[in-house]
Amino acid sequence: MNQILQQLINGFSIGSVYALMAVGYSLVYSIMNFSNFAHGGVIMLGAYFGFFFITLFKMPFWVAFIGAGICSMLVAVLVERMAYKPLRARNAPFLYFMISAMGASMFIENFVIATIGPTFRTYPQIFPAEPFSLGGIYVGRLDMMMFLISAVSLIALVYFIECTKLGKAIQATAFNPRASALMGINTDSVILTVFGLGGFLAGIAGVLFGMKYTVYPQIGFITIKSFIAAVFGGLGSLPGAVIGSFILGIVETMVSGYIMSQYRDLISFSLLILILVFKPMGLMGKSVEDKA
Amino acid sequence: MNWFYIEGVLILAGINIIAVLGLSLLTGFTGLFSFGHAGFMAIGAYSAVYFGERMGLPFAVSVVAGGLVAGLVSLFIGRLTLKLKGDYFCIATLGFGEAIRLVLDNVQVFGGARGWPGIPLKVDLVTVTIFNIVGILFLMFLINSRHGRSMIAVREEELAAKVIGIDTYRYKVISLFISAVYAGIAGGLLGYYLTFLQPKLFGLQKSTEYTIMVIFGGIGSISGSVLAAFILTVLPEMLRSFAVWRFVIYGAAVIFIMIARPQGLMGGKEITLKGIAGILGIPGRNRKTARSGEV
Repeated sequence: MNQILQQLINGFSIGSVYALMAVGYSLVYSIMNFSNFAHGGVIMLGAYFGFFFITLFKMPFWVAFIGAGICSMLVAVLVERMAYKPLRARNAPFLYFMISAMGASMFIENFVIATIGPTFRTYPQIFPAEPFSLGGIYVGRLDMMMFLISAVSLIALVYFIECTKLGKAIQATAFNPRASALMGINTDSVILTVFGLGGFLAGIAGVLFGMKYTVYPQIGFITIKSFIAAVFGGLGSLPGAVIGSFILGIVETMVSGYIMSQYRDLISFSLLILILVFKPMGLMGKSVEDKA
Repeated sequence: MNWFYIEGVLILAGINIIAVLGLSLLTGFTGLFSFGHAGFMAIGAYSAVYFGERMGLPFAVSVVAGGLVAGLVSLFIGRLTLKLKGDYFCIATLGFGEAIRLVLDNVQVFGGARGWPGIPLKVDLVTVTIFNIVGILFLMFLINSRHGRSMIAVREEELAAKVIGIDTYRYKVISLFISAVYAGIAGGLLGYYLTFLQPKLFGLQKSTEYTIMVIFGGIGSISGSVLAAFILTVLPEMLRSFAVWRFVIYGAAVIFIMIARPQGLMGGKEITLKGIAGILGIPGRNRKTARSGEV
């Protein structure tokens, strides 16, 4: 019993970081209707920013953490300006956005390989390694922090989207971009905000992943997990993305814990296809008709 | 620059052309976006080598059979995923491609993640050229047939296609099947050329690369796809002296193409004998098979 609880807690901690990534991806999807493949590049850069802020500039952890988030935010906004804005101006179909995103992701990843190099780097230890016990269950301090940081960020995000004017503008644009533009909402600044938010969350998710595992140029591959999580929940739905992330995190730790860790990704991918077969729009997705 | 090296690059280009032709039918002519084609390639490659080496079938038969196995798998996958819309289909194919790779990683009969070494070299430039010619001709006839036009109709306006009585689901399945067969054959050839197979070869990167080639050549153009596959295989080889920077350039170039020339190299037009004769070498009076670009 304890072991199951233990795995469940690990699953929640991984799932919460997936949620940070999936929410950013889903936000962009809800506004722009395309899969932002450059998201992984931003996550990877976030991990590197955090790493160099801590090791090279000797910043305290929290400064480095927020700094990495802000730098990733700038990168995400820059990607939007360079790779997507010209397409938006032309009303290009979503296919072109996706290809452009793939180009951006390739550019970022290989730029890092070319400049920083392909080697693996490990974060210095920031949280003490020994776990603390919670009624017989041992929780790693890093796992705990991952969960807490993600939870706080997600709550802040919900507050931002539900309670601020800009957040309402995001909701309106997601609901109907044309009508909201006619009502005087500046779609361009909404899109910038969405990329900024997504970039920030991706950046801090990158730092957390970098601390948990290692930092290397292909770490952005982890976004595939956030795509899966977002599809589980239904593309473009934020609560869906969060729920999907937790499901994915828990399934993954359960599979690694009780079956075999080699099958972890295989089972996630099979689960993805299965969910799509039975619920083609994900668990909470709005049913989209053909986007012509 | 010895001939051995040049021949190698040409063979790889030929193999890529076959895979891109298949994807071109799916993405360029039917308007479906797949990120799982590397998975079909992997299935084709492993089954071709299995048929050839373990069951002793002749080379050409085993490669074609490998393609058919990939096609059969695509029928199954198509049943599951082709009813999905837009990005859901993309992500589902992405999941499928990665799942295939991970399955192969764990199948010890085929060498697992360490790969399958010691496959005899049976592919030369002549074989690849023959496969290419057959592949191009088949696709040309298909596109100009009733079936090909139905597929283009699905791409252009699915609802309208349905209304005039085209069974859009069936044509999507057929299109996916044929493109998976192409991918499978390309995989088999790749296995027999590299003489080594490893699941890592067929990652998401490969699927992305082929999609980029199709878009680079121009949606809905066979000659565009062929040209793009050729150029994008040869170009990185020529940029080898830039080492790691070439992929940075490649990524930037992809964005640039999307922004500056989204219709791709050929913009939905084809290179035809008539066109070449009309204005020597300059694609001016080309026959239009399909309206350019927008999917």
